Amino acid sequence: MAKQSIRKELKVSAIENGTVIDHIPPKSLFQVIRILNLDQIDHQVLFGTNLDSQKYGKKGIIKVGNKYFESEEINKIALVAPTATLIVIKDYTVVYKSKVEIPDRINRIVKCFNPNCITNHQDIPTLFYVLDKEDLKLRCHYCEKTTKKDDIRFV
Amino acid sequence: MKNRSLISISDFSREEILFILDEAEKFEKRPNQKILEHFVVSTLFFEPSTRTRLSFESAANRLGARVIGFSDAASTSVKKGESLKDTILTVSNYCDVIVMRHPQEGSARYASEVSPVPVINAGDGSNQHPTQCLLDLYSIRKTQKTLENLNIAFVGDLKYGRTVHSLVIALTQYNTTFHLVSPPELKLPSAVKLYIKERNLEYFQYTDLAEVAGKVDILYMTRIQQERFADPLEFERVRNSYVLTNALLDHSRKNLRILHPLPRVSEIHTDVDDNPKAYYYRQMQNGVYVRQAILSAILGAIPMK
Repeated sequence: MAKQSIRKELKVSAIENGTVIDHIPPKSLFQVIRILNLDQIDHQVLFGTNLDSQKYGKKGIIKVGNKYFESEEINKIALVAPTATLIVIKDYTVVYKSKVEIPDRINRIVKCFNPNCITNHQDIPTLFYVLDKEDLKLRCHYCEKTTKKDDIRFV
Repeated sequence: MKNRSLISISDFSREEILFILDEAEKFEKRPNQKILEHFVVSTLFFEPSTRTRLSFESAANRLGARVIGFSDAASTSVKKGESLKDTILTVSNYCDVIVMRHPQEGSARYASEVSPVPVINAGDGSNQHPTQCLLDLYSIRKTQKTLENLNIAFVGDLKYGRTVHSLVIALTQYNTTFHLVSPPELKLPSAVKLYIKERNLEYFQYTDLAEVAGKVDILYMTRIQQERFADPLEFERVRNSYVLTNALLDHSRKNLRILHPLPRVSEIHTDVDDNPKAYYYRQMQNGVYVRQAILSAILGAIPMK
């Protein structure tokens, strides 16, 4: 038992303070890094992918030192990695742990897929209503067109 | 309804829609009344649409309102790069209601959110054109004496036609049976069919116009546009197979009326124009009465009880 937990820790080492994003679908790992601009930050970032997961078979994980995410960033994670768990660490201890959740409305962060939508031509913050959380579908408040999972791009 | 914007047909409840239709009937009987004498209506047409603009301007003028505006964005500050927000905020200082047509989807909704005066959407790209939808409902009710339990056929481009989408959605409130006639590549989108299914209404799909002519109370024809087809030969073939002629109407119901949002190209043979079942010119005239009712309701001249 002890041996196993040591081995697990070796894969991605623990952080003193910061946030762990666990249970990321392996294919979404680099997308999560991109949308959170983790390639641009100055904090410590550790990540691994295709790690064994009891729940999902394979998973990705990201640990970001000294960083706590805002709700808009968490909504972004939920859109590309709906199975992810967010764990807030302070002094090597878990102080908060929760599954990310897709909200009913998505403000500002997603671009409308319709090239002729007014939000793509004027400086207007976007707003979407989530029609389907399983098979992600968003309806634009302005042009009323649907943006599907694979077409989601971030502002 | 006073001071409310009209952007999408779903902004108005069933009761509000019926109120507009009832009021439009009164304007049809007495089209010239000076009830909007102290109001200024602006018509902002960021893309040209002569029919819709003249219909609104005629409606406003018959009620004594003054009209300001433009019929083409090329002659305005928009060409200098002014944002839609700034144009709307500027114009709202000069008028009591804005009627706008814009080539981009969502523009009217956005304008209504920044404008201190109500906005009436006269078409935002391929999205919504609610006053067309209301005049279609008016024409259907006028010719059939009811909106309930009708058999209505939609013919032509059901995929891209925004008037078709709005009207289908509006008609799901009245227990309509839908007959959808189109080439396979221009079928009604599933997002619109969902409204029919949610209300457990019946719909039938056809590719042959001859199949429905005898089954329906309303034949709503639409134009098939060449830009929807990659292959010009395919376009010719499709276009020629959706042409309404007098011969096709031989065995149609006595109460059948033919509607078309216009402009028409070749989808209704000109012989049909003199057929008593042709209603598309009258339909256009009804647009003035319906727009009189909408302007009066939004400007508070005809309060809803």
